[in-house]
Amino acid sequence: MTMATKLRGQLRRYWPLIKSLQTGLLLLTGLAAYMSTRCPVSNWQTLVALTGTLFLAISGSTMLNMWYDRDIDARMQRTAGRPIPSGTVRPAEALRLGLLLAVAGVGGAVALDPLYGVVVFAGLFFDVVVYTVWLKRRTPWAILWGGVSGGMPALAGRALGAGTIEWVGVALALAVLFWIPTHIMTFSMRYFEDYRRAGVPTFPARYGFRATRMTIAISSLLAALMMGVAAYGVGLTVGCLRLMVVLSGGLLLLAVHSLMRPSESLNFGLFKYASLYMLSAMLLFFLV
Amino acid sequence: MKQLSVIDRILLLFTAILAAYQIAVGIDGVDAVPLWAYTTGFGVLLLAGLLLLIFGFEALESQLVVVVSTLIPLALSVGLVWEYLPGWRAPYALFAGAGFGLVVLTRLARAGRGATITLALVHSVAGLIIFGLPLLLSLRGDVAPSFALVGLGGGLIGLGGLLLLFLKLGRPVLSPRMILTVLPALLLLTLSAFVAGFAAGG
Repeated sequence: MTMATKLRGQLRRYWPLIKSLQTGLLLLTGLAAYMSTRCPVSNWQTLVALTGTLFLAISGSTMLNMWYDRDIDARMQRTAGRPIPSGTVRPAEALRLGLLLAVAGVGGAVALDPLYGVVVFAGLFFDVVVYTVWLKRRTPWAILWGGVSGGMPALAGRALGAGTIEWVGVALALAVLFWIPTHIMTFSMRYFEDYRRAGVPTFPARYGFRATRMTIAISSLLAALMMGVAAYGVGLTVGCLRLMVVLSGGLLLLAVHSLMRPSESLNFGLFKYASLYMLSAMLLFFLV
Repeated sequence: MKQLSVIDRILLLFTAILAAYQIAVGIDGVDAVPLWAYTTGFGVLLLAGLLLLIFGFEALESQLVVVVSTLIPLALSVGLVWEYLPGWRAPYALFAGAGFGLVVLTRLARAGRGATITLALVHSVAGLIIFGLPLLLSLRGDVAPSFALVGLGGGLIGLGGLLLLFLKLGRPVLSPRMILTVLPALLLLTLSAFVAGFAAGG
């Protein structure tokens, strides 16, 4: 077996440990926030360093979560096929790799810019220590900390571009913060039995489906509102703001509809729309 | 109900992107009222594309979709009348407002035949304006010839509306499967005609 084949095989084994879609989305929020400061794009070295350090830190954090939650994952049908519970990757292997990526990501971030490094470290700390290790198995409100950590790549990107933590970065981070409970709660309703079996406290189990749906609707709207505030602060063109108004109108319509006629499909649709909304807004920040 | 195919998804995605582009670039040299009227029309087309992508053709069964989609011809026709028939601004705005209100009320009241007649009346007046006015203006030479594409878009969206109406009434001229097969392409064609027509300018 050649070295290249061996490496490809290892990469194929490890890749699912980083939840590539989620990591990609969080990375996009960081890049979009950085670009929104209108830094010269020609400064490609910083852009590449930002991409690399954020990717490493987010991937490391996700791997450490997978390592810690391997017992829960094994009990849930949805996650039983993940690399650790399915036996594709040994726990010690995932822990070592997760630590390596996390240290490399945070170390690189600090070397790039101390403030940026602190925010990246805060994201990792909130995600792994506060959310996963401390609160996830104790209270359904842990998702708030999941949201805080999810908002950190955006705050970090903006801090790196602007050289300081300012209100636009905070608004961007809040937009992601409000979107993340939408994501987690939608899944906790869709896989309600799975979470119950695994003994993870969730919003629908504690407060019921109706209250959870209402929280999702309100949370989605708050995410859109924060994104709008950030868009204004960034100074997007009038045309782009108009487009965001239209997209927000769609979100409002779906949120109200999901409260008036609650159903699982509508709820899942709202989650998908909110995700699409976030992605579109981030792309606008990135490109325009 | 027919499931979305890969081609359907691609067509709907392009529809949404094109509508988003049109909203973002706006239309040069128009007042605030027509600009927001066109934005509403294109906005509903954008949302239609996205909601069809997310929910599939099942979205068409919702009463909300019927009500909101009425905004497409109404908003676009308000924009055209405001721009090109200044003498009719107030009466037509009144008709559009009242028409939309009636569509909402008859749908909420589940008025059956009354709801269908109201919807057909409001759609046909608005549809005729979108179809006829740009054609007439370009034939008379008041606007660039390619502005007639807006009329073509109006014709296509009218055709789509009719097909969906027949589908709802259970008396489709084409099979339900065929209607849903052509719908994404029809939406994209309609939008392309509108975007090209408005880009040509009045």
